[in-house]
Amino acid sequence: MRHTITLLVDNESGVLSRIAGLFSARGFNIESLNVAETLDPETSRITLVTSGDDFIIQQIIKRFNNMVNVIKVSDLSDEVRVEREMVLVRVEAKEGNRAEILRTADIFRAKVVDVGLKSYTFELTGDKDKITAFIELLQPMGIKEIARTGTVAMKRETKLQKRGEEK
Amino acid sequence: MARMIGAEMFFETLIHEGIDVVFGLPGGYVLKVYDVMPKYADRIKHVLARHEQGATHMADGYARASGKPGVVLCTSGPAATNTVTGIATAQMDSSPIVVFTGQVPLPYLGSDAFQEADHIGITRPCTKHNYLVRRTIDLPRAMKEAFYIAGTGRPSPVLVDMPKDVLLGEDELVIPESVSLRGYKPPKKGHPGQIKRAVEMMLAAKKPLIFGGGGLIWSEATPELIEFAHRLQVPVTSTLMGLGAYPPDDPLFISMLGMHGSYAANMAVHDSDLVISIGARFDDRATGGNFEKFAPNAKIVHIDIDPATIDKNIVVHCPIVGDAKEVLKQILELLPAKIKTDRKEWLGQIKEWQKKHPLTYNQNGDKILTSYVIDTLSKITDGEAIIVSDVGQHQMWVAQYYKFKYPRTHITSGGLGTMGFGFPAAMGAKFARPDKLVVSVCGDGSFQMNFQELATAVENKMDLKILLLNNGHHGMVRQWQTMFYDRNYSASKFEVLPDFVKLAESFGAKGLKAKRPEDLEATLKEGLSTDGVVLMEIFVDCEELVYPMIAPGGAMNEMILGASDVA
Ligand SMILES: Cc1ncc(C[n+]2csc(CCOP(=O)(O)OP(=O)(O)O)c2C)c(N)n1
Repeated sequence: MRHTITLLVDNESGVLSRIAGLFSARGFNIESLNVAETLDPETSRITLVTSGDDFIIQQIIKRFNNMVNVIKVSDLSDEVRVEREMVLVRVEAKEGNRAEILRTADIFRAKVVDVGLKSYTFELTGDKDKITAFIELLQPMGIKEIARTGTVAMKRETKLQKRGEEK
Repeated sequence: MARMIGAEMFFETLIHEGIDVVFGLPGGYVLKVYDVMPKYADRIKHVLARHEQGATHMADGYARASGKPGVVLCTSGPAATNTVTGIATAQMDSSPIVVFTGQVPLPYLGSDAFQEADHIGITRPCTKHNYLVRRTIDLPRAMKEAFYIAGTGRPSPVLVDMPKDVLLGEDELVIPESVSLRGYKPPKKGHPGQIKRAVEMMLAAKKPLIFGGGGLIWSEATPELIEFAHRLQVPVTSTLMGLGAYPPDDPLFISMLGMHGSYAANMAVHDSDLVISIGARFDDRATGGNFEKFAPNAKIVHIDIDPATIDKNIVVHCPIVGDAKEVLKQILELLPAKIKTDRKEWLGQIKEWQKKHPLTYNQNGDKILTSYVIDTLSKITDGEAIIVSDVGQHQMWVAQYYKFKYPRTHITSGGLGTMGFGFPAAMGAKFARPDKLVVSVCGDGSFQMNFQELATAVENKMDLKILLLNNGHHGMVRQWQTMFYDRNYSASKFEVLPDFVKLAESFGAKGLKAKRPEDLEATLKEGLSTDGVVLMEIFVDCEELVYPMIAPGGAMNEMILGASDVA
């Protein structure tokens, strides 16, 4: 199962490699990993997405909890949550398809952040599926480069919605 | 506040932390520390090891024998990498050591400077935490936190990396009074609801069993454990690391379990309906490694200080996270003074197993059996010595035949199984407990991995006994080749061995040897009663195998009991 885990950690050098090291020691892959300072410059927030059976994820969470630099760990997988990712995509823009590219971007409400004679660059935020769908649609038109941030996530305040409803 | 340089702060903080011995070896980037060392020599003893691995095992042995953190000091690069095996060894057996390494000056960091290595990166997977100190003023705080982290919760190694410019820099000495770390709050007491549930399970069980581990020793839970076992009238078995936590002559004690555990202990685990694990992590050597076949009819109560051990190998029915001693106290509060259940049948069954296949050996030939040596050692010393074993067959015979009366008297590398651990660790143990007879029991293979520390032992005028069991082989390797590799004795025999007695003598130690069974007792008695560093080389039979044995992946009731069981 896919798990979205967030960690509040001390904002110190070496913390990230400790976290990542737990995965490499067990031979697991991290799907995405996102880190930045919180409101308090002494701490950082990490969002980590990985897959594994519940047993293994439980072990990893316990090991995170044991780390001196880890202040709080939450597995958001069973929580009602907001998940967002941002992508920058540069698409080849030829005579014939400039309009179609823009139309597609418009449907996804992607923002144009750079225009050139040969390419457009778009910025898009959304959940993972939306980003993936956008990329898939642009692919036939000729993607030159993409940069994805990986997921960031937060628990919702209201518990009314069911998981996955925001898609 | 006094102003001083980092190297002086290093000693001031050690003294403040109550440290009085440091095991180390100098070198370039840590030389300032050695430069100021003479000023502190009356309060801190420095033991000059001959190899940093030796120093690290010494600190580990010191910690295991005393319960206090062991301290290592060395320089950067090759010295720091030499400590890694010792750190990993301490980590696997939850031993609190703090390793201080010199480092290249901060501006050189990452430049492949002379003797630079990434100590933090290299030791990250085998330490509980590690520090790179960036400012002189931060050194005492980092050290204080390092000792706190190493010694609290699940004891473990911590490394503090000290760049040369930090050691040379000058600032005010500020040693914080207390430690507060947002992300580190080690548990102590168990959850009262879980304790209540566990007690209910204990009172309902017909065939309960205590499965004790090294955590009992680190938390000094022996008095509570004895009271608990007696009140509940429940048999006690122990992992390798738990030996010494429970008195061997108590009728409820049924010896070690696991791969080379006793028949009674392993049968009892297999048959029990409640396994009460205290300070043990269900390691594969203790459980036979086949977690599905482990104690198939039992519910499991698991008491451990480290939440990450819960459900790691075995699915647990009632987990209690807390310090073994504290949790046992909590349990005793709820446990009636006398239980109603009649345990006659269960204890009777265990007696029968004990009678059916006791741990025995047959010393009849003219070659000395190692089991006989250990049994004799146990009788001569009456369980009063600290025995530090190395790794191999002899280690298992020590566990089987030496009657450990007290906690912290059995010291061995259980988790990592590090050959070369025993001799330097025995030295550390002797520094911790100079009042005790300390015997380092080594194989010829293991001793060859760190015997250079004989020089350190003689230099420090130690009163230390080495019992070297010479079977001319990597005995345990040979045993596996006998049992599982068609007797293909590839690379297990030593074509060349030193004359160990002459070797000892060349270092200024005393050497004795025994080749025949009738000479054994006299040799041991002479060796143990001679002052100074004494090496007793005993020539033993390489054909002897350790039994019983659970083959890897086997169930606890599937033991190979002797040669006739081997195909
Ligand atoms: C550092 C290290 N290298 C290799 C091994 C693998 N190993 C386990 S036991 C053993 C042989 C031990 O021989 P010896 O010390 O002579 O003891 P014996 O088994 O003969 O009693 C070996 C090579 C190990 N445990 N540690």
